[in-house]
Amino acid sequence: MIIASNVSKNFGKLKALNDISVTCNRGQSISLIGPNGSGKTTFIKCILGMVVPDSGFITFNRQNIAKDWRYREQIGYMPQIGRYPDNMTVGQLFRMMKDIRKNLHNDIDEELLEAFDLNKISNKRMRTLSGGTRQKVSASLAFLFSPKVLILDEPTAGLDPVSSEILKDKIRKEKTAGKLILITSHILSDLDDIVTEVIYMQEGQLIFHKPIDLLKKETGEERLSRAIANIMTRN
Amino acid sequence: MKKIVKYVIIDILRNRIIIGYTFLLTILSFSVFNLETNASKGILSLLNVILIIVPLVSIIFSTIYLYNATEFIELLVSQPLKRKNIWISQFAGLSLALSLAFLIGTGIPILLFDESGAGLMITLMGVFLSVIFVALAMLAAVFTRDKAKGIGISILLWLFFALLYDGLVLFLLFQLMDYPVEKGLVALSMLNPVDLSRILILLKLDISALMGATSAVFNSFFGQNWGMILAFTAMLLWIFIPLGISIRKFNTKDL
Repeated sequence: MIIASNVSKNFGKLKALNDISVTCNRGQSISLIGPNGSGKTTFIKCILGMVVPDSGFITFNRQNIAKDWRYREQIGYMPQIGRYPDNMTVGQLFRMMKDIRKNLHNDIDEELLEAFDLNKISNKRMRTLSGGTRQKVSASLAFLFSPKVLILDEPTAGLDPVSSEILKDKIRKEKTAGKLILITSHILSDLDDIVTEVIYMQEGQLIFHKPIDLLKKETGEERLSRAIANIMTRN
Repeated sequence: MKKIVKYVIIDILRNRIIIGYTFLLTILSFSVFNLETNASKGILSLLNVILIIVPLVSIIFSTIYLYNATEFIELLVSQPLKRKNIWISQFAGLSLALSLAFLIGTGIPILLFDESGAGLMITLMGVFLSVIFVALAMLAAVFTRDKAKGIGISILLWLFFALLYDGLVLFLLFQLMDYPVEKGLVALSMLNPVDLSRILILLKLDISALMGATSAVFNSFFGQNWGMILAFTAMLLWIFIPLGISIRKFNTKDL
């Protein structure tokens, strides 16, 4: 569904992405793992077209994303740090997003919105929200249009345990519905029963891309966090 | 695209500055017309104020607005929207809001007090200047990530067009006094939208004789139809060239 071919991106002297080639298919649930600054977020932003690669290209359903912006109709994106217009209220933000994306054929999914009880705070301005509440807004927006692809950048960071479980349940549900899910997270225990594949990145390079079963077999570990720790120490 | 323009305008109107700007222009225009007995004199007093204030407010307000809208733009870019349309919507929203403020603040008093062609010309030029300086602000904001730097560039651009440019032209004139440079002056005036609008308005007033020998050249040039067409083309280019460059830059900008 998403194919990246030899994608490179430099920020000045820093090589943020170095010749990344990845194939992601429908029904997969892929976790991007790597140390801070390894290029995970940059790669995600490349897929979304927010960062333009210096070389290489990315295709979405065989369409080059550089030429066609419409593919973003099928993506729900939850950013690492949700930044929204300060003066807008929560209610206005949701109304605006629906207004912008409404004429499309996907249906509205307000499950998370209700689970997080965001209707209660719909009159609050975005700037007054706490980091966790902002995360809830980001998550609800990502799932709102029942997209075929979900890109979640550190989804559970800053969420309280209850909300974190609500979100994880929702991710599991979407996964069983056959959607492509891309997650980055440092809390590996969160990913254990969600993820089917692992992409490991380091300093802008793709170290490996493997199914989780294979990874567990190779390392002889049962849990993802142990398996990754095993590999990191081996490197 | 219409939807984004709508949200940009709602956001600008929520910001009280634009209402204050309208109010300031209204007070200024009414007091000028009430002080002067002759409407044509009133236009002349208004002219100098407008040529300074309109570009200044347009460029500074737009630059600050664009930096404050970074989050909004980032949010929109991750949505199924064309980047070009997002940027043009910002431009359209800002231009509409600032032109409207000018039309209400200055256009209405002019319509009330003045019936000559000069009033129409000054209104038209005010709208042109508002839009041109929004386009220049788009250019300043797209090239720098740093807000302070962007606003600095905007202030410099305004200083250059509103004050420095005239000084440079005057300096050049004194150096080349012995040569017939009047024709060159017409060309030089095209390179500064503020100067161009000043000349076009002055020529509509009957006091263009004050400009001396050069006014004859300006008069014969802009008095003709094709001279006018050329002047308006220059004004339009002052909108579309900065806007075009900023769109191209925005299309490949990393957010």
